[in-house]
Formats: sequence, C-alpha cells, structure tokens
Amino acid sequence: MNRIKQKLDEDKKLLSIYFTAGYPDTEDTVKIIQDLESNGVDMIEIGLPFSDPLADGPTIQDSSTKALEKGMTTAKLFEQLKNIRESVYIPLIIMGYFNPIMQYGVEAFCAKCQEIGIDGLIIPDLPVNEYHERYQETFEKYGLINVFLITPQTSEERIRFIDSVSDGFIYMVSSASVTGSTSGFGNIQKKYFDRIGAMQLKAPQIVGFGIKDKDTFHEATNTAKGAIIGSAFIKHLTEKGIDTIGDFVKTIR
Amino acid sequence: MSYQADEKGYYGDFGGAYIPEMLYPNVEELRSKYLKIMMEPSFKKEYDQLLKDYVGRPTPLYFAERLSKKHKTKIYLKREDLCHTGAHKVNNTIGQILMAKRLGKNRIIAETGAGQHGVATATVCALMGIKCIVYMGAVDIKRQAPNVARMKMLGAEVRPAMSGSRTLKDATNEAIRDWINNPVDTHYIIGSAIGPHPYPDMVARFQSIISEEIQSQLQEKEGRDHPDFIVACVGGGSNAAGAYYHYLDNPDVGIIAVEAAGKGTESGESAATSVLGQEGIIHGCKTLLMQTPDGQITEPYSISAGLDYPGVGPMHANLHRSGRGEFIAITDDQAMSAGLELSQLEGIIPAIETSHALAIFENRKFLDDDVIVVNLSGRGDKDLNTYIDYFKL
Repeated sequence: MNRIKQKLDEDKKLLSIYFTAGYPDTEDTVKIIQDLESNGVDMIEIGLPFSDPLADGPTIQDSSTKALEKGMTTAKLFEQLKNIRESVYIPLIIMGYFNPIMQYGVEAFCAKCQEIGIDGLIIPDLPVNEYHERYQETFEKYGLINVFLITPQTSEERIRFIDSVSDGFIYMVSSASVTGSTSGFGNIQKKYFDRIGAMQLKAPQIVGFGIKDKDTFHEATNTAKGAIIGSAFIKHLTEKGIDTIGDFVKTIR
Repeated sequence: MSYQADEKGYYGDFGGAYIPEMLYPNVEELRSKYLKIMMEPSFKKEYDQLLKDYVGRPTPLYFAERLSKKHKTKIYLKREDLCHTGAHKVNNTIGQILMAKRLGKNRIIAETGAGQHGVATATVCALMGIKCIVYMGAVDIKRQAPNVARMKMLGAEVRPAMSGSRTLKDATNEAIRDWINNPVDTHYIIGSAIGPHPYPDMVARFQSIISEEIQSQLQEKEGRDHPDFIVACVGGGSNAAGAYYHYLDNPDVGIIAVEAAGKGTESGESAATSVLGQEGIIHGCKTLLMQTPDGQITEPYSISAGLDYPGVGPMHANLHRSGRGEFIAITDDQAMSAGLELSQLEGIIPAIETSHALAIFENRKFLDDDVIVVNLSGRGDKDLNTYIDYFKL
C-alpha cells in the first residue's frame, strides 16, 4: 500500500513540510529529510527547483534560484535520494513544475521516482484535465499518487471532478495567493474551510499556503486532515541553518 | 489540416493551458466567453470604430520602389508603424480592453519587455479610465527609460520585476503572480501570441486585422488578394500571427518567420528559438523554448528588446515543426544594416525588431516578379539611441 494512503488512515492531524531541494546547500537534501522525520513530521514535499516558479512567492522563488545557482539538477536530486528508503519511512512527495519533468522525460521521471521510493507528485502547472488525458496511465503504472490543488475560487463542480480523480489527498490552497503570504487566516478562510469540510469529499484535504505557526496550523486542520508548511520553514533554514530543524517543528506542535 | 488553433487551443503539438489551479477560474472564464464576445455586433462595432478613429486604421500597404529595385523583387510594406503608439501592439490592447470591460473587470495588468506593449496597454487604460499596472524587468526599466516615462505619463503604475534575470520572462512571471493574487477583478492583457489558451488564439484574432487589410489592399494593387511571401519578425510572435493569419491555410503563400540570432546562433547570445529551443512549457503553454538540458529556462539575447524572449508562440512552433513556415535567423549586425538601409532608401526608420524582417533581402534570394509583403511592425523612435550608438552617428 502506498505510504501516503497509510498515513492518511492514521488517526491524527498531519504535519507536512515543504523544502526546496538543494537549499541552503546542494548536499543538504538528505539531512533535512532525516531530521524532519526524526522530529515527528508526517510527510515531506521535496521541491524540485525551477527557474520560473510562477505560483510561488519571493521566499520559495529565492530558494529555487539559489539552489540552481549552486548546481542543483533533477539528476542530482535522484542521486542524493537513491538510498533514502534505508533511513526514512514517511511519505515523500516531489513537488515541481512540469517543464523540468518533461525534459527528464515523464515516463523516465516516474520510473525513477518508483525506484527510489517516492510516493506522489504535486505538479502545480499540470492541470487535472491534461493529466487525465495524457499522463494518468503513466503515473499509475509507477504507483505514483498525483495530488491536485483546489482554491477558494474553484467551483463546486470542479472540486467534485478533482475529488473523483484524486487517489490520495486534495491540496487545499488556503487563499487566492502565491506561496508565502503572511496575512494569516480571516473569516473568508474559515468559511472556505467549513464549506469544503461540509462537501464530504472522498479524498482527505491537506491545507497549504499561508500556514506558518501553531495558530494557523490549528485553524487549517480544524476541518482538514492536515496542513503543509513551506515558506515559513524555508525562512527558518535561511535564518537558522539546518541544525535546528527540531526547534522549528516544536513551534508548530 | 489547418494551421489555426483547435478548440482546445492546440496548434499541432503546441499550445494548451498549463496553468496552476489558482488561475483556472480566470482563464476558464475567458476561454468560455472570448469567441462569443468577439462575435457580438456591438463589440465588433466598437472595436472597428476605435481601430479606425483612434488607432488610424487601415494602415497603408506601401510599395517600396527603391528597396524593390535594389533587391530586384517586388516589396510591399504593411505600415503598422503608423498605428497610434507606434506599433501593431495597440490592435490587441484595444480588443482586450473591450473584452475586459465586458467581463466586468476594473483592474488591468500587463507585462512588457521593450515597453511597447506596456505603452499600448497604458494607452487603452487611459482611454477607458481603468487602473493599469505594468510589470517590467528591473533591467529593462533601466534600458528603456523613454517608454517607462510614457507609461507614467499615461497614468500607469510601472512595477519592477526583481526576480530571476529581471527581464521580460520575469515580468511575465510577476504579472501571472499578480493575477493569482487578484483572481476576481483583474484582467491580464498579454501582449504576445503566447500564454495559456485562449490567449494565443485571441491575440492572433485581434492582430488578424493586419492580414485582412493586406488582402483587400493587395487586390487593389496587384489584382490578387495574396502575396507570394509574407514576412514578419518573431519574438513571441504577435505581429507575425496577425500578418500570417488569413494566409495560414493558403498554400500559395510562403510564410517567412525571422528570428533574432543575436550575435549568432552558435554564440551563446541569441534568441533564435526555432534553432535553439526544445519542446517545453513556458508561461502556460506547450511550445518551443530555450532551456538547459535540465529544463531551466535560459536567458536569450538580442539587440532588440522586443525579440528578447526565450520562447515562441505555439502557432509559430507549429509552423516550424510542420515545415509550413520558413524560419530565418538574422544577427544584430544584419538587422542594424537593414534598418539603416530602409531609413535611407525609403525615409522610414523601422523598429529594430522590424529591421530583422527587412534583413532577409540580403540573405535570401527572391524572383524578380515575386510579390513580397513585409510587416513593418513598429517605428524606430524608441530605438534611436541604439541606432546612433551602433552607427556612431
């Protein structure tokens, strides 16, 4: 059974952390993953750096740019991760834009993910209909769960469709924004979380974008199954380095 | 087989809408309504009226006698440089601002490289009294100061794009991020025939007035509605899309696309996407783009800021792959010479983008009685400093 599904079956609110592979330094990837797991994080999104990340705010953009400047590549990431399943058991998801995946070759990329033990993919600029028509068979052949996004503007009809093709969880974008917005959650988000909660979707939801501390984590997981923290964790790495990952996780729960 | 977009926005293998879910409602709203709105009689009437009275259309189709004599063939110039604001860009911004009004949007965003599309957008926003924000790479803001000043004079806010290489592709990323952050009240006026479906098709349709006019003007002058060759420069490809539009599926018309080779296609400083690009995704569409083997988008180079884009519109990617279009790469030096030649043979100073198209006559043979139409996409006022520095005038 796919590790994502097992994790979603556990009776707890899930904390998922995003980081950009190759940041702060090229060789930090494995240590960051191991430390996140040993500090009780439930799931990890490994960001594949891209030159033009158009759904990301300045924090993640900047981490991508720096990772690329230091020489991070898709092939290098796969090399770093080749023995990751000897030490890490939680679900690992690669999150990246579609162009680098296309250049690697979609099928070759999926095969490599399976070989390493990657459980799923989040590709923000591969829309659900393109996926459904062109790539779903390939992803499924290699046992990969593809995760789709919904936003406060997504229509109910489309949410139902996304739910029907979602095999793992739905990535619920908290507000109309790029990543790293710091305004916190207001009434609009609460209503949106409640509205989605009331839809009784088959796929559990994990909230992302704008989660940065204990309060936002709890608000987001009131109705949802879990929450994803990205920019706030990258900021922590930038300011405090990679040796105090446990301190960051403790501020969340 | 047609070279127009199909209903899903594909030109052969290229096009589509590769966008994050955050943009889906905006793009889907536009996709489901753009054709219907464009067909409305009231829309057509307002658009045609503005093109005539405000833009100054139809633009002349001018027989360039001295240039023709020199190159021993028959050359006509489609004078888009005589449009209000000095280039073809305004054909599209007039159309899109009317579209935005009918979609109930009250805030406009745009990206710009050289500033021509930014100026054309700021112009129509002033005309309609709509708030306008133009994203422009910090590097471009420095090197295109006169156009920045024009946009400000027209009441637009110019926001510097500080990410990545700080040029056109980064300005486009910032405009897309703005649209993600403002999903309800904002319309994004893309200036080139790029972006997610329906943009490439919508922009091509708004620019198609160029080839529509050529058809009737050529009928009058040559007794037939089509040339043997239609020539245009291609960056993202909006002026080319408009010039080719009504000839795409006419096999009697040769389509010539002129790209910027920069310092040469082998030099590492080039913008010739058809030579250097591979299939990939940029700014929401599948097309040819310049990138590393790892799929990172690279920075192009051309002396012309308007051709300095790492991708090419999906229509043109398909014209290239299918062999329907003949693609020629022209260097900075070849373009600059052609610009000087047109200035001194015909008394027309072209934009450096356009000079690339004009340079084909030194680099490709035509028959004496071939009828060739070159789309003179813009005038050279904005480029005077570059010309003067280059020729040490």
